[in-house]
Amino acid sequence: MREVPDERRGPTVSDCLELREVTVRYGARPALDSVSLAVPQGAQIAIVGPNGAGKSTLFKALVGLLPIASGEMLLHGQPRGQYKQPIAYVPQREEVDWRFPVTVFDVVAMGRYGQGRWLKRLTAADRASIQQGLEQLDIADLAHRPIGELSGGQQQRVFLARALAQEPHLLLLDEPFTGVDVSTREATLDLLDGLRSRLVTVLVSTHDLDLAARRFDQVVLLNHRLICAGTPQEVFTEENLQQAFSGQMVVVDGRIIVVDQCCCGGEKEDRR
Amino acid sequence: MISWLTEPFSFAFMQRALVASVIVGVVCAIIGCYIVLRSMAFLGDALAHSILPGVAVAYLVGVNLLAGALVAGLLVAIGISFVSRAGTIKEDTAIGIFFAAALALGVVLISTMRTYAVDLTHVLFGNVLGVTNADLWFSGGLAIVVLALVLFLYKKLLVVSFDAILGRTLGLNIHGLRTGLFLMLAATIVVALRTVGVALVAAMLVTPPAAAYLLTRRLPVMMLVSAAIGVISSVAGLYASYYLNVSSGGAIVLVATLIFVVAFLFAPRDGIVWRLRRRTASVRG
Repeated sequence: MREVPDERRGPTVSDCLELREVTVRYGARPALDSVSLAVPQGAQIAIVGPNGAGKSTLFKALVGLLPIASGEMLLHGQPRGQYKQPIAYVPQREEVDWRFPVTVFDVVAMGRYGQGRWLKRLTAADRASIQQGLEQLDIADLAHRPIGELSGGQQQRVFLARALAQEPHLLLLDEPFTGVDVSTREATLDLLDGLRSRLVTVLVSTHDLDLAARRFDQVVLLNHRLICAGTPQEVFTEENLQQAFSGQMVVVDGRIIVVDQCCCGGEKEDRR
Repeated sequence: MISWLTEPFSFAFMQRALVASVIVGVVCAIIGCYIVLRSMAFLGDALAHSILPGVAVAYLVGVNLLAGALVAGLLVAIGISFVSRAGTIKEDTAIGIFFAAALALGVVLISTMRTYAVDLTHVLFGNVLGVTNADLWFSGGLAIVVLALVLFLYKKLLVVSFDAILGRTLGLNIHGLRTGLFLMLAATIVVALRTVGVALVAAMLVTPPAAAYLLTRRLPVMMLVSAAIGVISSVAGLYASYYLNVSSGGAIVLVATLIFVVAFLFAPRDGIVWRLRRRTASVRG
């Protein structure tokens, strides 16, 4: 992964994802400001930045939920929208209607819907894939429970299982480590390790700088603009963090402490 | 007892009323599940009121009132969808503006007619006893179209209602489906026009699904239970209307409300009565 110099043009076959000076606006305010980034197939990247830095906006633009004001977004060299392979997206927990009358199985089965399959019954292969996802996340025994009856960690596992059932090339996880128990966090990280060998590209947004530094090889520091992208050592310098977190950061005895007013959803917008 | 049950239906107009009520009970209750789950109750009410000018124009021109209502309902549904999609104002504001404008247009048109007072009451509050064979064919056909679409679009509507982002990543046209749902809703309201009237149709769209929601845990089951509650309300309301000589639409809605209240108090998991008992028990324990 690297920042893309402006003069560089032309698709690179090995890149799963390429952003060229992408700007996304809410009204007049740019949520993402001229962000350029190239992500090779199979990379696992933590996207970090303060609240409202545009992390969720980036994901929503990637799946086509938000329009791009300027710039280009390429998936495997093709413009977003023309590329038909599935992108799996695990939403933030607060964005899901947990009172909706669906069971765990129903939600995971949605991962098997898609082009040309909206009117077909689930095939044996679909069922096997659903079952595999349920077992991999250790929620097979909950299959017929309504999602509203599960714990926070279990609920997250349901959406991870659904993402697996989609057999994606690109997996987006929006704040998967926020508000879940340790075992779910570890299960999520194990799952990501498993996806490495299958060359699934993974983008994970997180507040947890420590976790990003310890468990990800590549980090993108974002605050509307792309501040730095590279290994944790390259990215997490005092200067970069100062730029990203400015007022929320203090330096005590040579150690950097980021005071983040956690996650009351500065980046949310209407689901429908 | 048997004769008490069968007597009303020795009249042809009561037979037609029964068929019409059952159709309304089923269609409203099923499409209403999406209205409840997507928090679109306001839209249902607004669409119902905004078909008034269509009825007025149909009356002036001398065509079937339901046809006029259908055209008006579909136009307003498209209008709301278009304006709220532009994103410059919020959806409920768009609904409020269209609804009031259409209602005002209806009132203005109706105020130009002198003989309309009686028929207007029927539009507002329904007159199931006045259902004609033509009405029955029209609303029956419309109901079949709506139910076929619910079945045909089941997975798509489930996905976009539960998780629009997933719908988008799976390549669904979210705005198109939402407009489709608006149109199905407009058609449903027209089906219900004769039995409960525009003022009360929102209740048939919301109350049976809300009761079913408290009693079930999966959408297909919720739809079936909701339809059953809709049919029971319609038939029981019709009997009440016949024997007590009260408004059919009002009676149907009141029965549905009664079923909702019972479900709210005594639903197996979420019933308020059980919750209170559990709380008292835990305080004592």
